[in-house]
Amino acid sequence: MSLVNFTTREITCKIVYYAPGRSGKTTNLHYIYGRVPDSRRGRMVSLATQTDRTLFFDFLPIDLGQISGFSTRFQLYTVPGQVYYNATRRLVLQGADGVVFVGDSQARQLDENLESLQNLQSNLLEHGVDIRTIPLVLQYNKQDLPRELILSPADLDDALNFRGVPSFSADALHGKGVFETLKGISELVLKKLAAGTAA
Amino acid sequence: MTSALNPKYSFDTFVVGAANRLAVTAGRTVAENPGSAYNPLFIYSGSGLGKTHLLMAVGHAAKKAAPALNIEYLTLDEYVEAFHAAIAAGQGDAFRRRFQNVDVLLVDDVQFLTNRKEMQSELLRLTEALQVGGHQIVITSDRPPPEIADLDERLISRLSGGLVVDIGAPDYETRVAILRRKADERGAKFEPGVLETVAGAESGNVRELMGALNRLVAFQAVNDRSINAETAKQLLGIGTEAAPGDGGKTVGREATPAGRTGGGDEFGEFLADVTVTVGKAVEAWRARVGEAVLRWEGEGYRTRRLEALLERDTPAAVDEVITAFTQDVERLKELEAEVAELDPQAAGQSVFRDPERLGEAEEVAATVRNGAAPPPGPSGAFPLAAYAVGPSNEVAVGAARAVLKQPGKKYNPLVLVGKSGLGKTHLLNAIGLELARGKRAVVACLSTQAFVDELIAAIDGDRVDWWRARYRRATALLLDDIHLIAGKERTQEELFNLFNLLQDKERQLVFTAPAQPHTLPGLEERIASRLAGGLVAEIKEPDRDVKRAVLERMLGQNNASPDPALVDYLADRPAESVRGLVGELQRVIGAAAAQDGPLTAGLAREVLEGQSPRDSRRSAGFRTSGIVVSSLGGIKSREKMVWDWSDIADRVIEEFR
Repeated sequence: MSLVNFTTREITCKIVYYAPGRSGKTTNLHYIYGRVPDSRRGRMVSLATQTDRTLFFDFLPIDLGQISGFSTRFQLYTVPGQVYYNATRRLVLQGADGVVFVGDSQARQLDENLESLQNLQSNLLEHGVDIRTIPLVLQYNKQDLPRELILSPADLDDALNFRGVPSFSADALHGKGVFETLKGISELVLKKLAAGTAA
Repeated sequence: MTSALNPKYSFDTFVVGAANRLAVTAGRTVAENPGSAYNPLFIYSGSGLGKTHLLMAVGHAAKKAAPALNIEYLTLDEYVEAFHAAIAAGQGDAFRRRFQNVDVLLVDDVQFLTNRKEMQSELLRLTEALQVGGHQIVITSDRPPPEIADLDERLISRLSGGLVVDIGAPDYETRVAILRRKADERGAKFEPGVLETVAGAESGNVRELMGALNRLVAFQAVNDRSINAETAKQLLGIGTEAAPGDGGKTVGREATPAGRTGGGDEFGEFLADVTVTVGKAVEAWRARVGEAVLRWEGEGYRTRRLEALLERDTPAAVDEVITAFTQDVERLKELEAEVAELDPQAAGQSVFRDPERLGEAEEVAATVRNGAAPPPGPSGAFPLAAYAVGPSNEVAVGAARAVLKQPGKKYNPLVLVGKSGLGKTHLLNAIGLELARGKRAVVACLSTQAFVDELIAAIDGDRVDWWRARYRRATALLLDDIHLIAGKERTQEELFNLFNLLQDKERQLVFTAPAQPHTLPGLEERIASRLAGGLVAEIKEPDRDVKRAVLERMLGQNNASPDPALVDYLADRPAESVRGLVGELQRVIGAAAAQDGPLTAGLAREVLEGQSPRDSRRSAGFRTSGIVVSSLGGIKSREKMVWDWSDIADRVIEEFR
């Protein structure tokens, strides 16, 4: 998928929220959905189970309108977090322009975070994408939980952010850090776009 | 009780546009002729459009025109306050008298007369009194008199009786002008487009405009970096293509009321962010191309290729094109510089300014290159190593070595002076050869006669520029026999200019002359003094060391070790010049060749002094201990002689036994 189409003057960014199960990907998308004016958002497709777990994926198209003469669209996806949906994850990841890794700040989830991060890397590799080259940001979600349950952003940075990508602490349920994360990844994606056209 | 006039608020600082031209003209007229033109002058406008400024400007202008005038400026509130105070103090009459004596009364913000009946009647009285006395009254309000609520009919008619003018909201151009002036006043600099962006925002009010400007100034000051139009937009919350406010309508269904910081238009902010980033990303190539176009256009190059790029929507390999273009321009520059040295006239051709015609430029350069041979160089026949050094020329040789060490810096010019045949030309060429070893060295080394002839040919062929350029590229100029320039005015003129140019560039100049420059006839004073200005090194008649060295070298060329007696003999003979010495040697060599005999001191004596060759050969034989010169071509080695001797010795010993 071409990120920038100069002929049709379109920019389409596909951003995938990737994370272990129950870490708040869908919550991120819901929050964004709630903040986007009706006229600018498409229907949010959410395939959830009865227990509100994402079964297949969430999809939220956002139309940013004409920017610098380009009709600009963002497509936000989430992947199902559960381990056994890896085929779906890989599918959703295809053609992603940027990845938001939503980490669960709870201390007991650290291993799952690491595992999911490794899973992300191997799935990207399946698509021939080096995780070091794709725009990636980390979000440390659930920072609103009691201190004793969670790791601080600094600790999480130490544990997860060995690539030194931008990281954001967040409380997706209340919206804290959600748009900051989205801005962060958008910037990376669009900057890469700039580099891409410059080449 | 009256406020002082703010000195900043004058007509000079008031930006006039279509919306306020009438009011300003009326104000100026009033200021020039207080009390006679429009009285009262009633100015109304919305807030922040310059009423107060204009009012004070009238006061300043009136004061300037007639310094004796009594001018009062006050707001209605101040007027009311003063009035109340005066009444309380029982000074009501004094108060009235005071204001009746004012020549120009400026009252700001009279809309506050609403519901102040007594003040209305007081103002009515005052207005009447001032008008009767021929005093000027200028009033401002945020609405025209009839619209001021609850205003006395008489006052309305009184206030409307002079001239009622309004100040409209400034148009775009005026807004830009105001912003520029204010930015200037603040000494703030903005990138192009920033002020236009601010002015472009719908703002019906100059004060708001100032507020926006202040924010930009503050932002720049705090962040210590200049902002661009996009940032300005963001900073001022000026709507991007996504209308701000859209976001506010749809409060997300998931949005929780508590805990939101800012609570505002997160999507709007996000959009603004993305807009800036996309703008940079998508249009970055345009910016780069535009920059390149500006740069090269500024340097006088045609930029069609880059402009064509801008016309396309889909840029293909923008940077490659720019890079290639830049390389082409650089090549053009090289070619132009090269050609400029060879032929300044040719370098002016437009082909050197158009990267699309690089091929042609190459051709032109090649043509010029072929046509421009470098100036004549030094002769390879005179290497420095072969130059014989002795006390008679050691000053000159020392100077030459110093020159070679620091060309153009130490002795510039170096003038080698001496009689004919002392080796000046040799030394000159030797210096030239050494200088020519340098990288990029272009050594012009020739006889003055050749120099003159070349110039004549150039004048004849109308190629003087080319001729000049040829010598101007020289890194060193060495002219032999400079006295030959005598009487050649044009050559002296050219040499004078060339001399100055090269000397300025610290390029070495070396000349030879038969005598001290000042004693040379026919040499212009300016040339002579310049020649004398460096180092004049004299070469004297050759001493014995020089002569020996010369002789040994000459004889050495014949592939044989020279006969020491011959060298001694010739070196001891008086010689006026090296050339004379060489001549003598040649005669001896010639004689030896003619006789097919050996080259010996005896032969030399015979040839040079007329002695019998036979005697001389005999005596020479004794003196030289049996060195046998078999022919002109070679002298038998001493080793061989020793071999023969030992044979004899053996025999002697055997016989002794």
